[in-house]
Amino acid sequence: MTIRRDEALRTLVPFVRDDDIVVAVYQTNFDWMGINPRPLNYVAVGAMGQAASHGLGLALANPERRVFVFDGDGSLLMNLGALVTVAGAGVTNFYHFVFANRVYEVNGDQPIPNAENVDFAGFAAAAGYAMSHSFDELEEFASAVPRILEHAGPQMVSLETRPGEPYPRNYAYIHSAEARKTFEDALNGRE
Amino acid sequence: MAEATPAGTPGQAAHPSGARIIELLKESGVGEVVALPDIVTSDGLLWPISRDPALRLTRVCKEDEGVSICAAMSCNGTRAVLLMQQTGLMDSLNAIRAIGIDYQRPVVMMVGLLEKEPHLPASKSAAYGVRIVEPVLRAMGISHSPIEEPEDVESIVHLIDEAYAGSRPHVFLIGRAPVAP
Repeated sequence: MTIRRDEALRTLVPFVRDDDIVVAVYQTNFDWMGINPRPLNYVAVGAMGQAASHGLGLALANPERRVFVFDGDGSLLMNLGALVTVAGAGVTNFYHFVFANRVYEVNGDQPIPNAENVDFAGFAAAAGYAMSHSFDELEEFASAVPRILEHAGPQMVSLETRPGEPYPRNYAYIHSAEARKTFEDALNGRE
Repeated sequence: MAEATPAGTPGQAAHPSGARIIELLKESGVGEVVALPDIVTSDGLLWPISRDPALRLTRVCKEDEGVSICAAMSCNGTRAVLLMQQTGLMDSLNAIRAIGIDYQRPVVMMVGLLEKEPHLPASKSAAYGVRIVEPVLRAMGISHSPIEEPEDVESIVHLIDEAYAGSRPHVFLIGRAPVAP
């Protein structure tokens, strides 16, 4: 079974507070920007695979805020060591969601290596995350979210997903100085 | 302190002080160090940093993680330095290009030059991996400066301030192993 990605993101909307930071990548980022545009969406990841590392820097520098990372499976595979680094850093304000569609969706839907067998929650557990979860059914995920967020991080939530409503791929915005300024202004109370 | 010898002459070159580098990092407002081990800086810099309660050390698995961590920290003005060796710098060029240059983030890096001869400038090194570092940084338009002689460290505060004021990367190239305190 799989969860529609837009439905998984809509499920998370009520749980993301105004002062939370969200770091999202690729199609998940485009979908999230369409579903929940907000100034503390950090869209300037730059290089593929770096979402968790940006999230870690934000979590360390802003311990009073929760940081949500909405990662891709192909992206995370490029930076698996980041799981170990995050766990080692002991960031309790770090919530790592992997939207596992098992393909490089924005790069022609090519499959990730060993697509059928990779266990992202297993990776995180082995790396030392405080808790690790996998879901492939929306209702089960939705009912678990409050309980997950009651616990300290770092936590991994791996979601088996498929594309939902297609949101536009606004690369110009995510790479823009405007996007970075919007985030930094909100982070530093300059709104 | 050992006497410096004429350039190009093997001998007992003077080495920078690790304690002074750490002192100047703190003076620069740096409270965060992100690092992978590097044999050039291990004894004189990274081990002392790891024992210094005024600096938080985050050990990473790969250098491009550090580029992202330092960049993200800078969003609220938190100052950080990434320690690595030049092999890691080469491995991180895409992240530095995207995050440091395209996104104009202040990522400050201290890079140990593995296999560089202490008495030679990097451009004269027998090691290809050392010789190409400065040309690559020039090609990418990345500000960089050497830390070879003991007095070179005195530019650290100014150059870190400039990197953060200009929101751009800077690379310190450490060509002689800092002396442990």
